[in-house]
Amino acid sequence: MSAYSITEPSGRSKWFAGTLVILYALITMIPLAWIMLTGFKSPADAISYPPKVLFEPTLEGYVNLFTTRTRQTQEFLEANPPQNWADEIVRDYDMVIVGPSKFGERFLNSVIIGFGSTFLSIFLGTLAAYAFSRFKIPLADDLLFFILSTRMMPPIAVAIPIFLMYRNLGLSDTHLGMILLYTAVNISLAVWLLKGFIDEIPREYEEAALIDGYTRFQAFYKVVLPQAATGIASTAIFCLIFAWNEYAFAVLLTSATAQTAPPFIPTIIGVGGLDWPAVAAGATIFLLPVMIFTILLRKHLLRGITFGAVRK
Amino acid sequence: MAEIVIKNVRKEFGDFVAVRESSFTIEDGEFFMLLGPSGCGKTTTLRMIAGLELPTSGEIYLDGEEIGQRPPSERDIAFVFQMFALYPHLNVYKNLSYPLVSQGMPRAQVRAKVDEVAGILGIRDILKKPVGGLSGGDRQRVALGRAIVREPKAFMMDEPLGALDAEFREHMAEELRALHDRMGATTVYVTHDQLEAMQMGDKIVVMNNAVVEQFGTPQEIYDKPATMFVADFIGSPSMNFLDFSGKVAAGANSVDLNGVTLGVPALRDGASGDLVFGVRPEHIALNDGGAYRGKILATEYLGTTQILTVDTANGEIKARIASDQVAKVGETVGLDFNADTVTLFDRASGQALPSALNEGVLAHG
Repeated sequence: MSAYSITEPSGRSKWFAGTLVILYALITMIPLAWIMLTGFKSPADAISYPPKVLFEPTLEGYVNLFTTRTRQTQEFLEANPPQNWADEIVRDYDMVIVGPSKFGERFLNSVIIGFGSTFLSIFLGTLAAYAFSRFKIPLADDLLFFILSTRMMPPIAVAIPIFLMYRNLGLSDTHLGMILLYTAVNISLAVWLLKGFIDEIPREYEEAALIDGYTRFQAFYKVVLPQAATGIASTAIFCLIFAWNEYAFAVLLTSATAQTAPPFIPTIIGVGGLDWPAVAAGATIFLLPVMIFTILLRKHLLRGITFGAVRK
Repeated sequence: MAEIVIKNVRKEFGDFVAVRESSFTIEDGEFFMLLGPSGCGKTTTLRMIAGLELPTSGEIYLDGEEIGQRPPSERDIAFVFQMFALYPHLNVYKNLSYPLVSQGMPRAQVRAKVDEVAGILGIRDILKKPVGGLSGGDRQRVALGRAIVREPKAFMMDEPLGALDAEFREHMAEELRALHDRMGATTVYVTHDQLEAMQMGDKIVVMNNAVVEQFGTPQEIYDKPATMFVADFIGSPSMNFLDFSGKVAAGANSVDLNGVTLGVPALRDGASGDLVFGVRPEHIALNDGGAYRGKILATEYLGTTQILTVDTANGEIKARIASDQVAKVGETVGLDFNADTVTLFDRASGQALPSALNEGVLAHG
């Protein structure tokens, strides 16, 4: 018999919990793995039944995702040998690459709008949260409630007024318009979360900086901001995930110039039949930025989530 | 270094008055204690001197210059916080150099200065460490180092030993006092611990309910309390208060307590009504023949002395006598009071009556 402790879990229960967590992780990761694998399958392998787990990988899906192609006659194909590896892949279907698809552009739009609105939400949110946390603001509680109230109905409920307003203001289908829209939705979350984090930072740190000869603003960015890094990181991830995944407003308000990736990916299905590998390739690439961003900030994230939760 | 003059300073937070018109002078090089119970306004006063709060009215002079409404960066005063407030994202070296960097001091000079201060405080070996893992004492030294590194005109310390455990506190108090004596810098120190104030301070201001009760040396404050609050707050056990009513004339050197005549220092003014006879426990002696009598309720043995609790016609009092003197619970004993040390108070106002003892001291308050 080993020593028995009430607070420390026993070896067996640790082993049991570990197995359970690993099993759960594997199950939730199957769809993700499936999507990523499908991206490297040929169209035939992608829809074969029973599904193939082992297959010959091809970049066809990625080539189809990033290019537009036309079918050509045998004479034309023989007269023009393939120019690169991508061209060679599409030759199997008697096609030639005629140019890039819109995916790159749409993806770039997502990056600009997603990160742009996240940056703006965090920038404005941090300043507002600091002011609410540290200064005596008349009607501070009412203002905070007002900020929160913008989240009390689903944003899509005001889609039509926003659509009309954007059309009149010339903000429809512009990057600026989408950045402002996502910032407006995220700012309440940002202010509330960040206020919680900044409230936790003792004022003495700023006072020490004031005494040490710094101005209020220097104290804010040299002392408070590094302390709030955890909160800022986790808030930024939440904001980015919303802006990155947003579909409804993107469908409604963007088309030619500022369209983001979410409304674009389904349109791949329509071009040249059900090209599942291309859809899967698009989904995989679309997942990457949020994944990388979250991995980069992960050491702040977990602490951030529990940090604000435990109030004194 | 500097002289600090506080003149009619008042601070309000909305409807709440934290400090009422207070005046006192901190002389150059003094180790000055702001003493009082929590919520008495002592920390607010300290923060006003440092510039972390601006007074609602009144003036603060630093070396003859009025600084009451200036931001802290223009005052050249250092502050040691109770929780130390070391910048947690910087290591010890960076914490120490922070105030110098803000002045735009050249790098080599910063390094030399930090090294010098680290040498004084004995923290050279931890300069590269993050502040998070430091012991309480080392944090305290770093906090002190950050204060002394830029050689300010004066130091403000807000209960700097409050976060340390009792054993270490004693040691740090000595270290702090030694550091002060070495540097000779004007230091204002807030504490609620009367022992700490007596032990370390050159002068003490006792505050209560937003007002200054008394201002003077530890001896003056202990021996010649200006108010009943001060007499009660300082000393352990605190001063005994024997209530009586009667009339005393100017020049009188005795009072009548329940028919027993007790000597007091010659009074300067007459008074009548509800009065209080105040005497410290160590100025009471047992005397079998004494006219003033009481019954011993309890004894506490403290090594060199013992504390007796005695029930008298004017209430329970405590006496401190040598521990080898025999005193039994239940015994009725005669008590002698050292007449030269007695202070009479007016019960209603709590103020000491002026007498030969406290002449010249009361004028400060």
